[in-house]
Amino acid sequence: MVTFNILVTVALVYVAALFAVAFYADRSAKKGRTKWLRSPLTYTLSLSVYCTAWTFYGAVGNAARSGLEYLTIYLGPTLVFLGFWVLLRKLVRIGRAERITSIADLISSRYGKSTALAVLVTCLAVTGTTPYIALQLQSVTLSFAAFVPSEAGGNLADLNSTALWVAAGLAVFTILFGTRNLDANERHHGVVTAIAVEAIVKLVALLAVGIFVVWGVSGGLSDTLQIIEASPVAEWRPDAGRWVGMTFLSAAAIICLPRMFQVMVVENEDERHLTVASWAFPLYLMLMSLFVLPIAVVGLAVLPEGANPDLFVLTLPLALDQELLAMLAFLGGFSSATSMVIVAAIALSTMVSNHIVLPLWLSMQGPKATVSGDVRNVMILSRRISIGAVLALGYAYFRVTGGTAALSSIGLVSFAGVAQIVPALLGGIYWRGATRRGALAGLIVGFVIWGYTLFVPAIGLLPDSLMQNGLFAMSWLRPQALFGLVGLDPLVHSIFWSMALNSVAFLAVSLVTFPSPIERLQGAAFVNVFSRGESGAGYVGGVAETEDLLVMAQRLLGAREAQTLFQQSAKDQGKLGYLPDPTPEFVSTLERELAGSVGAATAHAMVRQIDGNAAVSVQDLLAVADESAQMLEYSSQLEDKSRELEQTARQLRDANDKLTALSVQKDAFLSQVSHELRTPMTSIRSFSEFLMEGGMKAPDRKRYSKIIHDESIRLTRLLDDLLDLSFLESGQAAMNDQTASLHDVLDRAVSSAGASKGAMTVRRNPADEQIELRTDTDRLSQVFINLISNAQKYCDAQAPTLDISVSEKQGQVDIDFVDNGSGIPQSQQSIIFEKFARLSDHSSAGSAGLGLAICREVMARLGGTVSYLPGQGGAAFRVSLPRRRVAEAA
Amino acid sequence: MGNSVLLIEDEPNIIEAISFLLERDGWTVRLHTEGVGAVEAVAAANPDVVVLDVMLPGRSGFDILRELRQGAAPADLPVLMLTARGQTKDRELAESYGVSGFMTKPFSNAEMLQTVRDLAEGRPPSGS
Repeated sequence: MVTFNILVTVALVYVAALFAVAFYADRSAKKGRTKWLRSPLTYTLSLSVYCTAWTFYGAVGNAARSGLEYLTIYLGPTLVFLGFWVLLRKLVRIGRAERITSIADLISSRYGKSTALAVLVTCLAVTGTTPYIALQLQSVTLSFAAFVPSEAGGNLADLNSTALWVAAGLAVFTILFGTRNLDANERHHGVVTAIAVEAIVKLVALLAVGIFVVWGVSGGLSDTLQIIEASPVAEWRPDAGRWVGMTFLSAAAIICLPRMFQVMVVENEDERHLTVASWAFPLYLMLMSLFVLPIAVVGLAVLPEGANPDLFVLTLPLALDQELLAMLAFLGGFSSATSMVIVAAIALSTMVSNHIVLPLWLSMQGPKATVSGDVRNVMILSRRISIGAVLALGYAYFRVTGGTAALSSIGLVSFAGVAQIVPALLGGIYWRGATRRGALAGLIVGFVIWGYTLFVPAIGLLPDSLMQNGLFAMSWLRPQALFGLVGLDPLVHSIFWSMALNSVAFLAVSLVTFPSPIERLQGAAFVNVFSRGESGAGYVGGVAETEDLLVMAQRLLGAREAQTLFQQSAKDQGKLGYLPDPTPEFVSTLERELAGSVGAATAHAMVRQIDGNAAVSVQDLLAVADESAQMLEYSSQLEDKSRELEQTARQLRDANDKLTALSVQKDAFLSQVSHELRTPMTSIRSFSEFLMEGGMKAPDRKRYSKIIHDESIRLTRLLDDLLDLSFLESGQAAMNDQTASLHDVLDRAVSSAGASKGAMTVRRNPADEQIELRTDTDRLSQVFINLISNAQKYCDAQAPTLDISVSEKQGQVDIDFVDNGSGIPQSQQSIIFEKFARLSDHSSAGSAGLGLAICREVMARLGGTVSYLPGQGGAAFRVSLPRRRVAEAA
Repeated sequence: MGNSVLLIEDEPNIIEAISFLLERDGWTVRLHTEGVGAVEAVAAANPDVVVLDVMLPGRSGFDILRELRQGAAPADLPVLMLTARGQTKDRELAESYGVSGFMTKPFSNAEMLQTVRDLAEGRPPSGS
């Protein structure tokens, strides 16, 4: 008969062995002999911390009650691991690259180092894990009780004290091996090795019991199968909703449970270990589940009615007088419980310490804290206190709710709790658009619904009336029939609502909020973790070197300023020269100086990098990056501004060029006008002086008088043309549209130009000219007269002829004036429409060279053109205009 | 008197006026009516005075003056420039090229005659 004392002794020896293993592993690691510590096997075995006492004992109990449903607890993780490269690889890579210390750190870090998120996830983790720790304590107590049923009654106090001692022992172990070193990687070789050993113990124990049951009790495989066939378990039919829900939960749990995250991501030594674990861990889970069903059905068949199926693993060997086997099973359960509690305590204490205790302490200390060197001690102390607190909380929870049936389902409740992290986690590492507010919203919504629909009812805190009638007696707020969703399994119901509303809140809020620079930076770092190099192995802090500080300060402040600062500081310390001692006072002075030029966070990070009090933390570097990002944004705004300025300058330059060009044109024009006016005036003045002298022969007098007369007319015409042109150019000339036949307009022009009586033959085709025009016919006639007069003046043919031909196409009328002269040389065709572009031939002078310029202006106003037609034999002009003038906007 | 003037001008009425004025005073007036070939006309005519218009068909009077002053004609050949544009910068430009006299149209007959006489006798023009 195994007595209580023997059992305690065995447990103590086992714990002592664990201490030895952990101690030895830690020492080996310190000496650098880490080959077997860093093997993928150790990593895989440490993952077995997933299989707690709840799985060890509870799976059999679950199988006895609900048949194959227990398999879902293994199915979820198996799926996640088989598809490891989808999610796990990325998580591990991010964890290593960003030096993540916990699941709370991961979420907070991804969303811009949000303290609120870190605290929220930490609270979620503590809330979900505390009952779980209590569950482990309870399972240990129950397993003790299973050995000594006869002494029941009087030993309840003993059992409770057992739990207390177990909790205390675990606290000591965890504090010793979980807080020995505080390196940035948060790796605990001793603990991990101990967990790996425990993994072997529980697997061996469960397999031994299973083999005993199948071959020792049932008499072989086929007999066992027959017993299974005959048992009520065979009647069991799966509930699809629960099946899917639980598979999802266990898959989520393997990623999000704080202890799983700890061993899987934080303690990971080498990413390649995942490749082995991806098949080895599912294999381990398969072995763990292999004999669950046989043990359950044989237990149901062999043990008396009413025996607790949760303890079959233990009570079956006991009932069959296999005390050694029972002892092994006890150790298996014990190891399952202890490994879970140890890792959970480490993971939770890291979160509580990093995200709640330390920030609080730092804010109480004020700015001096970061400069002094005792941060490290505070961290270790806070870590140790947190471990004690977590275990004390678990124990207290166990004592308060101890012995109630409520504990049995707490495993799944806990899973459902941490599953709330999934949307923020997945969104965070796959979607850059995910924002801090989105994650907060999703987590809070999920947390509240989970708490209301599952956690609080599960621990029996809600009064029956509320469960029946809903909050404030509103039936749609019933915890297990939210929004009128009745008839679902409470677990599935809770998963459905919490996950659905969590995801919706996360997505919706992420979409409508804008990430801060640091969030964007982190989002990119997380989502694109694989596109980054393997660099950044981490900075190793050195001893403060004032000279290094001086070098840096000179770079940032300028040599003279830096030297003055250092010299002054040295003088204040009573030293000569430029190198003061790197006292905290001096370092903080320097930081303040540097902050002026590079920003506070950068200065802090840079000084600390050299100062060596602490390695540069991820936080520091991110703060630097954040500042840089803001600077970049600022400088890009500056760039925009300078681009605008440049544009404005260019516009100004263009405008100035245009004005200059206009002014040059104006000068040239005035100079031309001057020439055109002064030339006839010269003749007029000269000849009138001759006439004034008197004594001139009559023919001469007559001739000179005629010159004066002609030149006066030329002057007048020039003035008329100038006025008309400036009138047209200024846009003030109003067009008076009339309806008239083109034939009539041409008739009038030909006769006004005097062409019908002159030497020139004008040939027309009246049939083509029967086109009704709606335009300013007076102005059009002016253009025609100009062109006909030009032909009269400049056509140098023996028998000058002008052909006027008309054609119409799609409302556009073309009138061509082609003479039979020598035409206009090609070099001058492009300038004839310019002002004063009179050709060099003065034989038929009398025009100031403004005629064609006026024609061009008129035609523009009529919505048409006048252009020179090359290659027609003589000079050829085409007037082109719409049949109906389109009224101008003005 | 036998003195000769080469008139380089394209405006018929002005040619008639200046010719009448100078011939009545006993000058031999030769004529060239465009910019092109003006320098050669000067060399061929070898006049005592050149009266040169600025705005000529084909070539500007400034160009002709510059070529004359660069050795195409005797360095002391008097050149009187006429312009109708009335801008001071024209006068400055002409003077920088070494013009002997400069007149803006319209001019008085007496002033024109006196200037040609002065230039022919090697005096600086008294008018303008």
